[in-house]
Amino acid sequence: MSADTMTDTAQTGNLQRKLHAISNTLLMSLGPVAAAFVLSGVILLILDVNPFSYYGYVFGRGLLSPTGVQATLTRMGPLLLIAASLIVAFRAGIWNLGGDAQFLVGAVFCAAFTPLMAPHVPVWIGLLAGAAISAIFGALWTLVPAFLRAYQGLNEIITTLMMNFLGISLASVLVKLVFLDPNTTVPQTRTLAVEDRLPTLFGTTISSGLIIGLVAILAVHFMMTKTAFGLRLRVVGGNASAAVHAGLAVPLLTVAVFAISGALAGLSGGVAILGQYGNVRADWNPGYSLAVVPLVFLARFNGFAAIGFVGLFSIMSIGAESAARRTGVPNYFTLVTIGILLVMLAISEYYGAKRQKAGA
Amino acid sequence: MLDAHPSSPSTTPSTEAPPIVTFEGVTKRYPGIIANDSIDMEFRAGEVHVLLGENGAGKSTLVSMLSGLQQPDDGRILIDGVEKPISSPAEALDIGISTVFQHSMLVPSLTLVENATLGRKWWQRPDRSGTAKAMQDAAKRIGVTLDPMAVTGDLSLGERQQAEITRALMRGARFLILDEATAMLTPNDAARLGELMRRLAAEGMAVVFITHKLNEAVAYGDRISVLRLGKKVGGLSPEDLKSLDAQEATNQVVRLMFGTRDTTASADQKPDMSTVDRGAKPSLEVLALYADAARVPLSNLEFKVWPGEILGIAGIDGNGQKQLAAALAGQAPISDGRIVLDGAYIDRLSIGQRRAKGLRYVTDDRLGEGTVGGFPMSINLLLKEIGRMPYWRGGLEQPEAIRENARQKVKDFDIRTPSIDTPVGKLSGGNIQKVLLARELSGSARVVIFEKPTYGLDLANISATQMRIRETAQNGAAVILISTELDELLSLSHRIAVMDQGGIAGIVENTEDARHKIGELMSGVEK
Repeated sequence: MSADTMTDTAQTGNLQRKLHAISNTLLMSLGPVAAAFVLSGVILLILDVNPFSYYGYVFGRGLLSPTGVQATLTRMGPLLLIAASLIVAFRAGIWNLGGDAQFLVGAVFCAAFTPLMAPHVPVWIGLLAGAAISAIFGALWTLVPAFLRAYQGLNEIITTLMMNFLGISLASVLVKLVFLDPNTTVPQTRTLAVEDRLPTLFGTTISSGLIIGLVAILAVHFMMTKTAFGLRLRVVGGNASAAVHAGLAVPLLTVAVFAISGALAGLSGGVAILGQYGNVRADWNPGYSLAVVPLVFLARFNGFAAIGFVGLFSIMSIGAESAARRTGVPNYFTLVTIGILLVMLAISEYYGAKRQKAGA
Repeated sequence: MLDAHPSSPSTTPSTEAPPIVTFEGVTKRYPGIIANDSIDMEFRAGEVHVLLGENGAGKSTLVSMLSGLQQPDDGRILIDGVEKPISSPAEALDIGISTVFQHSMLVPSLTLVENATLGRKWWQRPDRSGTAKAMQDAAKRIGVTLDPMAVTGDLSLGERQQAEITRALMRGARFLILDEATAMLTPNDAARLGELMRRLAAEGMAVVFITHKLNEAVAYGDRISVLRLGKKVGGLSPEDLKSLDAQEATNQVVRLMFGTRDTTASADQKPDMSTVDRGAKPSLEVLALYADAARVPLSNLEFKVWPGEILGIAGIDGNGQKQLAAALAGQAPISDGRIVLDGAYIDRLSIGQRRAKGLRYVTDDRLGEGTVGGFPMSINLLLKEIGRMPYWRGGLEQPEAIRENARQKVKDFDIRTPSIDTPVGKLSGGNIQKVLLARELSGSARVVIFEKPTYGLDLANISATQMRIRETAQNGAAVILISTELDELLSLSHRIAVMDQGGIAGIVENTEDARHKIGELMSGVEK
C-alpha cells in the first residue's frame, strides 16, 4: 500500500516540478542570450557605434524586411542540418568538430556531379542523387576519425579537427584541378541550372532546404529520445563502461554515430548547393559547423531549442551583413556576440551546477 | 579490539612521544557511502604507523584529510594537541606534513637540485650549489646516497622516492606519509625504503605507511591500524608487535582485516547444503582459463559450480577477482581455456549472448559500469534489455510498459526511491544495489556472479542482499560470490576458492576448519 500512495503523491508534485524545471531551463538558456547582447552592446559603444542602431539594422534586415526574412529562412536549412549532425554526435558523447570539412566535401562532390547529371534525368532524381552523394561523401570523411576512435580509442576532438584542415584543402584542390568548370575563368565547379535546383516555397525565394532541415532535426530529436537505437547511443554517451557492461557493441555504435553525423553534415553542404549556390567556388568555406556548435550547447542538445537558436543566429548573420555596410562594423561581429554567448553559457552552467549542489 | 585485550596487558609504562596529529571521531561521507566512520587515531613522532585495509576501506580518504586535500564532515583533528583544521595542502606543508605517492612527483627532465628549488618564489634566483649541499646533508642524515646533479629521469623509481623523501626533509617535514609507496618498487628497493622508514623514525619523524602487503606492515611498522569499510576495526600496538613473532602478528592482522567475530556464532549461519545437487551436471565449468589482463593476468583457473551451489571466491583485493568476473561475463578477452555453461561453450559468445543464456553479473562498480547515473531508475532497470519486447516495439519506446516494469521492481525489491524517474545516481548505495539486483535476478538466471555485493552497504541492506544471494541458489542457479569479507563467505558459500595473484591458491569445503585453512591460503603459508 505504501508504494501506491508514494507514487500518487509523486505524481501531483510532478506537474509543479515540471513547470519549475521548464522555467529554470528557459532562464538558463535565455539569460545568457540577454547578457551576451548587453555585453556586445558595450563593445559596440567602445567601437563608437550606437548599439541600438546596430542591432536595429541587424534585426531590421534579418527579421523585419521581406527579402531579409527569406534569406534568413533559406540559410536556416543547412544550419539546421548541421545542428542535427551535432546533436546525434554530442548526445552519444562523440565530439565531432569536423563538420566544416564534412560539409565542404559533401558540397564539392554534390556540385561536381549533379550539374552533369541534371540535363539527362528528371529534376527530382537529380536532386535525390545530389543529396545522396553529399551525404555519402560527408559520411566517408568521418571514417578515419571513426575507426581511430572506435578501435584505438583516439580522441576524436583532435582527429576531426585535423581532418578539417585536410578536408578544406582537399575541397579547394578538387575545385581548382579536378571539377573545374571549363567554361569560366574563375576557379569554380559547373553551375546547377536554376530550374534544376530545390524548389522554392510558396512563391517566395525561401529554399525548400528549410523543410529538409526542419524534418532532419525533428527526426534526430525523435530518434535520440524515443527509440531503442537512440537510447543505446545515449548510454554510450552517458557512461561508456556501462554500455560495455550492458553488452552494447560500442565500437559499431561509435562508427554508426560518426557515419550519421557526417552524412547529415555532408547533406547540409548538398542542400546549400542544391538550394542556394548551385556551384562551389574555390576557397569557399562558410564555417557553419563551428558556428553552430555553441548554439547546440545553448540548446542543451534539444532539437526544438536548437531550431530557436539556429533561427536567431541566422537572423543575426544575415542582418550583420547589411549592418556592416551601414555602420562599418564587419559582419564577423556576429561571431563576437556568439563568442560572448558561449562565455555567458559557461558562467550560467557553473552557477547552475553550484546552485544544484547547494539545493541537493 | 586487540589493543584493549585483557590477556595482553601493556607492561611497559607509556614513554611514547606526544602525538603530532590526533584524529578524534573523524568522519567523511560521500554520496551513498561513509568513507571514514568516526576514526580515532594518533600519529606519534618516532613511530612508523602502518595503515592496512582493502581497497575502499578508507585509507585514501584518511590520507587526503591528513594532507589537506579533503575536510572531515565530523570530528576533530588536533595538531600537537591543539585543534586545528588542515584546510589546504599548503597548510599541511606548513605544519610539516609531506606525502610521497607511489608515482614520483618530480619533474623527470630536471635534476634533483632543480626539482628541490621549484617551490621558490619566481623572482628568486635558484641557489643550485647551496641547495645541493643542503640536499646532501639531509641525505647523509638519513643514510641515503644521492647525486643532486643527476637528472631525475635517469634514476630508478626507488631512487626518486628517496630523493622525494630527502626533499621533504629539507622543507622541514616532521610527518611523512608514504601512500602505497612500495606498490611499484622492486623487492630490493622496497626493502631499502623499509630500512629508510626505520631510520626516519629513529630521527624522531612520524611516518604513516600505507600498504597492501602484510609482511611489510609487520616488518617495518611500530603500530598497525586496520581499516575496514571506513571503520578502524583494531590494530596492533607497539607492545603487541614486540611480543609477537612475525607469523603470529600476520595472523592477527589477517583476522582483523577479514573479520574476527566469534567462530562458533556463525554455526547457525551455515549455508543450506540441501540445495546443492552435485549429482547433476555442473552449471558452469571453467577449464584452464588464462587471460592477459594488464595488472593481474589470470592463469590456469579451473573450477566447477553446480546448480544451487554458492562458490565463494576469497582473497585480498586485487588478486584477479575483478578480472575473473569480467572474463566470465565476456567483458574482457581470454587468451586460453574454455568456459562451459550448461554443457555449451560460451567463451566465444558476446556479453549479450551470454546473458541470454542465463549468465548474470552483478558488478561491484555500481555507478562506474553498473548504471548510467544521470538516467532515470526505470531506464537503468532495462539497460541490458534495450530494444526488447514489450518495453520497445519496432524499436520504439513503450513508456507505459517501462513504467510498469519499474513499479513492479520497486515493489518486489523494496527499492526506496522518490520516483521511478529519479536519476539512479541520486539514490543511496543500497538502493542502487537493489536496482542492479532487480535487473540481474529477473528472468531465468542460470549462473550469477556477485562481485563484492555488500560492499559499502549498511546492515539492513547487507542482510537483504545476502538473502537474495541465498534465494538465487535455492532457485537452482549456480552462484559465484566474490567477496573480501570472510564472514560473509563462510555464512553463504558451500565451497570457497582462494585467489592469489591471478591464480587459485586452493578450494576448500566450508567445514569447521575452513576459516583456518582460508587464512593460511591467504597469508601464503600453504604454498
